[in-house]
Amino acid sequence: MAAIMQGIGAATNLSSSFSFDSKGFQLQSVKSLPERITSSLVVRSDGRVIPTSNLKARNVGGRLVTNAVAAKADGSTTSTASKPGHELLLFEALREGLEEEMDRDPRVCVVGEDVGHYGGSYKVTKDLAPKYGDLRVLDTPIAENSFTGMAVGAAMTGLRPIVEGMNMGFLLLAYNQISNNCGMLHYTSGGQFTIPVVIRGPGGVGRQLGAEHSQRLESYFQSIPGIQMVACSTPYNAKGLMKAAIRSENPVILFEHVLLYNLKERIPDEEYVLSLEEAEMVRPGEHITILTYSRMRYHVMQAAKTLVNKGYDPEVIDIRSLKPFDLHTIGNSVKKTHRVLIVEECMRTGGIGASLTAAINENFHDYLDAPVMCLSSQDVPTPYAGTLEEWTVVQPAQIVTAVEQLCQ
Amino acid sequence: MSSALSAMKILQPLPVSTTATGFPENTLLDPLRSNSSFLGSTHKLRFNSLKPSSSSQRRSAVVAVSDVVKEKKLKSNSSLADLLITKEEGLELYEDMVLGRAFEDMCAQMYYRGKMFGFVHLYNGQEAVSTGFIKLLKKEDSVCSTYRDHVHALSKGVPASAVMSELFGKATGCCRGQGGSMHMFSKEHNLLGGFAFIGEGIPVATGAAFTSKYRREVLKEADCDHVTLAFFGDGTCNNGQFFECLNMAALWKLPIVFVVENNLWAIGMSHLRATSDPEIWKKGPAFGMPGVHVDGMDVLKVREVAKEAISRARRGEGPTLVECETYRFRGHSLADPDELRDPAEKARYAARDPIIALKKYMTANNLASEAELMAIEKKIDEVIEGAVEFADASPLPPRSQLLENVFADPKGFGIGPDGKYRCEDPKFTEGTAQV
Repeated sequence: MAAIMQGIGAATNLSSSFSFDSKGFQLQSVKSLPERITSSLVVRSDGRVIPTSNLKARNVGGRLVTNAVAAKADGSTTSTASKPGHELLLFEALREGLEEEMDRDPRVCVVGEDVGHYGGSYKVTKDLAPKYGDLRVLDTPIAENSFTGMAVGAAMTGLRPIVEGMNMGFLLLAYNQISNNCGMLHYTSGGQFTIPVVIRGPGGVGRQLGAEHSQRLESYFQSIPGIQMVACSTPYNAKGLMKAAIRSENPVILFEHVLLYNLKERIPDEEYVLSLEEAEMVRPGEHITILTYSRMRYHVMQAAKTLVNKGYDPEVIDIRSLKPFDLHTIGNSVKKTHRVLIVEECMRTGGIGASLTAAINENFHDYLDAPVMCLSSQDVPTPYAGTLEEWTVVQPAQIVTAVEQLCQ
Repeated sequence: MSSALSAMKILQPLPVSTTATGFPENTLLDPLRSNSSFLGSTHKLRFNSLKPSSSSQRRSAVVAVSDVVKEKKLKSNSSLADLLITKEEGLELYEDMVLGRAFEDMCAQMYYRGKMFGFVHLYNGQEAVSTGFIKLLKKEDSVCSTYRDHVHALSKGVPASAVMSELFGKATGCCRGQGGSMHMFSKEHNLLGGFAFIGEGIPVATGAAFTSKYRREVLKEADCDHVTLAFFGDGTCNNGQFFECLNMAALWKLPIVFVVENNLWAIGMSHLRATSDPEIWKKGPAFGMPGVHVDGMDVLKVREVAKEAISRARRGEGPTLVECETYRFRGHSLADPDELRDPAEKARYAARDPIIALKKYMTANNLASEAELMAIEKKIDEVIEGAVEFADASPLPPRSQLLENVFADPKGFGIGPDGKYRCEDPKFTEGTAQV
């Protein structure tokens, strides 16, 4: 008997991915930390990891859908296999996480443009203002630098604000406050003040949104000392990371993606919080390690389907934690496959991939059989024209070619 | 009254007239007609807020304390009850200002002796603003400052030894030596910094005021009436964060007072060359809050305005913008040769030294004797000497301190290749771990 992976194999459009302990990966050492709960474990009777087949990735009116994911057995799954969970879209998962945390701690509040009465431009805060009031879900004037600074001041004096950038790109206006105050004040004050803010918003290349609305700020923020950065990619990890970020005493920047808000998945009913510092094993494999995050995960999984048909066995890891990198999960993978391909949406220069390449070369040089390859977006302001926009971003065909090249 | 009139003319500090012309509606403040015991009185400051461009403005005439004293002496029967301060209050104000002055003078000495480095911005001459405002606060009220923050820290209650130690970069400094001159923080005393970029602290102050309102209205702490003061200069008033925060504070009626320390100079840039309308107090009503101009060289006047602005905020009526006309006797920082400012201007303001003015006021009104005031000065000298000794004797921060406060939760350094959190590595605390 095999407990069917929730939703997988069903005919409808689902994307499902789970975080779990993979056999052979020693994540037990970090298991003792209370926030790190993995759940949604699924058992296959033979305990093998099997990629699901005959699945097509489809673009359905802006929703990128993929379901080429494998799950892995874990010893203690019998209790969790019985929980059916509930289905929702990624933005709803974010809202669920947000709402649970706001219920749990009255100091949690949301600050941003159109988060209150409008419900958020991507509906992440829908219906929260009527429930919690205009002060807890604060509609701000268009003044990113100042309201981000205001959130920092509020955090220093005891609140736990979540700043929403309507589009991540707008937070460039708040860079002063994010860099100078958010990241630095805990240190500069000698540890006296903590800044438990969460800064979140949608970024990434969308559908012909133009250059300024298609920015990827993870590369700009990564050097700021004192902040953590995570990127969510599925409803499951979106909710878990949102909750973890809110509970963290550190300032956390949570990157969402404009095109992923309508992904649907079945997530557990019981409460769960994910670890901010851990990567997620999406698909174990033997031949090559593919490191990715956010939307590119789906391009990678789409390419993985093609690769599997061609006889390759890629291991796909969603790094999730953009700063700091989970060098344990990544390292174990490199030690197994000896080949690394990084696929990201960031621009080439100074991007997350560049840092990751350096980290892998520094730490795991001896285990590499080939140079680390990094596929990033072109160093181009994202053009409006659909064809040009498509060529700025890494497409599955390029991923397939890169893997073939690396695995020669 | 003639002495007051002539005094007004002589003491015209700015080329732009700040006194009687152009404000026909403010008859209350016309010194010729004022009946209050205090020339340029701001007793009538009841800010009925909602009419931005008319009656909510208030200006006080710029007159020295000594002329108030003269004016009072012309009236008969001046009694202690007419005075603005009691003896205790006066001594407290005097001591605080002397502390600020002596501390800054010692900073200059120590800097030139190589005990402190970097950018050090001294507050000499502006003591009336810090003392006038901060001495009215409770411990739970917050203060947010700029890089010129030593004296704000002292007025708020941070011990001189902790501040001096921080300036020397020692581990016993208020920020463990990690902040320095421009980043004074104290959680105990609710000093929220200390910011190097101008304008950067104003949103933080606005956030602290937001917390106060949130605690009262969302967390239902009915007695939370904490007020925040944001101090910044004339140069900052041309910065976007200033305007953005004026808007938000007025919009949400936050319990904050925006205190502009207009010392006319932003390093070498004269306020008049940088600002289209140099009267900063006017910008308050544009956002729906009262704007007040006060003589920042006169601690009693500042205190009167501060009382009203702070109690307005405490009552939940919202923010106030207070422009204090003041002057820094030294350069912008210890690295500034200060060659650009007119010596005559400097002399004019030196004649209005707030400490000397208060001394005259107190002795003339028999609030204190010369001896008592000199005793305070001596006491402060000892405090400062003690602070320097403490700082000298304190240890420098050890290497292990390097990484300690980067994250409140050090798990933020991530998971190393061995699977353990980096902060679990014993070398981490030695500051020699690889991160």
